[in-house]
Amino acid sequence: MARTVIPFGPQHPVLPEPIHLSLVVEDERVVEALPTLGYVHRGLELLATKRDYNQMIQIVERVCGICSMIHSLCYCQGIEEMMKLEVPRRARMLRVVWSELHRLHSHLLWLGLFADSFGFESLFMQLWKVREKVMDLNEATTGNRVIVSVNVVGGVRADLDEAQIRWIKDTLVEVEASIRSLQSTIMHDSTVCRRTRGVGVLTKQAAYDLGAAGPMLRGSGVAQDMRQLKYAGFDEIAFEPIVETDGDCWARSTVRFREALQSIDLVRQALDKLDGSELAVKVKGKPEGEVITRVEQPRGECLYYLKGNGDKFLERVRIRTPTFANIPPLAAILPGLDFADVPVVVLSIDPCISCTER
Amino acid sequence: MCIEATPVTTAQLVAEVTKIKADGYRLVTLTSVEIDAENMEILYHFDKDLVLKNLRLTVKKGASVPSISGALFTAFLVENEIRDQFGITFEGLVLDYQGKLYNEVVQTTTTSPFCRMQVKSTSTAAKEVV
Repeated sequence: MARTVIPFGPQHPVLPEPIHLSLVVEDERVVEALPTLGYVHRGLELLATKRDYNQMIQIVERVCGICSMIHSLCYCQGIEEMMKLEVPRRARMLRVVWSELHRLHSHLLWLGLFADSFGFESLFMQLWKVREKVMDLNEATTGNRVIVSVNVVGGVRADLDEAQIRWIKDTLVEVEASIRSLQSTIMHDSTVCRRTRGVGVLTKQAAYDLGAAGPMLRGSGVAQDMRQLKYAGFDEIAFEPIVETDGDCWARSTVRFREALQSIDLVRQALDKLDGSELAVKVKGKPEGEVITRVEQPRGECLYYLKGNGDKFLERVRIRTPTFANIPPLAAILPGLDFADVPVVVLSIDPCISCTER
Repeated sequence: MCIEATPVTTAQLVAEVTKIKADGYRLVTLTSVEIDAENMEILYHFDKDLVLKNLRLTVKKGASVPSISGALFTAFLVENEIRDQFGITFEGLVLDYQGKLYNEVVQTTTTSPFCRMQVKSTSTAAKEVV
């Protein structure tokens, strides 16, 4: 049986960002897969020694465009913990609102790209049409569609008035109805099921042992979500992780679909809990000590390690992004697949190379 | 304020990690931190039911450290990253990029199987595929 090495990426129709996989195939079956990174590495962690701890918020927001708000949330939480700052309740709830809007538009973006990866272009366009409404919410409430820049150390810099809250709730009714109208297609359409059911199976034990994160982990039956840590305003919000047990591409897709609907519910809960407290507390002093802080990004668990020495520059910022965690499980499930399934399986981890190569 | 981390030596590392794995923890990541001009720390972060457990290994810069990728495959990527960025080598890495995970894209193949077919001219000016 002939063995051939087929280069997959860094430029490929299903990859918005560059990653390279060397796929060793026997006939059309993958037998080995070697990931290669480094096409867009930016060295953002090193900038911590050249930008002060407030300027670093802008840097970490640019680790990833799609979940920029959640990166800065994680970073700010770490600094606040080091400086023993108590973030006002309104700010904590607003952080939930914008972080869940980010998760919602990220999952809609991914569901569209996933549909496109197996040639379902009309579904792709429907999903992105819905996503635009969420992007409009971001733009109208923060001034930006993607990098919303709302977090500051000690709270948030933007607020929502009553008219905006009503408009967000009204828009989310439309968004929810639109998403639900696509449910039967995404979960039960024969085209979708044939390309995703039983493809790229990651067992529960393997997902745990290989350190998978986010929908990759929950799609394999592990009920772990960093929102269970009750950061930001999640301590007052009813939340249960969404879990599927099949471990295949369909399960990962279904987790994200259900999480998109769940995010709408979480935004509503957070909006209902907005009180009249301040947006931010005054910050005095400089960060000192070391902390680890974790949040749940759309792609999974994100960990920040921060170390300060009482100077305005941090000694170390270490960012473990979810896609970085999901590459070893991806490399483990590719062998044994048909070559034609590789694009679908690669996309099923929702790869964010921008995050990975921070 | 410092994080809770159990100090370990290079001699204890793999045994300790194997024990942590047996206790049901999963690896989250490794963090390398420069301590001073000569020394570095590597922090090993593990998670079980949302609770973190950390190991702290102090080593000289440029030192060689036992890889834990044999016990926990997922460590191979972050160990390669630390080698790229901080020059620490890991003995026994299951997948060793030789310090080129980011620094230089690994050259894998220069030929595509689809390029094995060539079009050449014949004496009759017709073309055939060989």
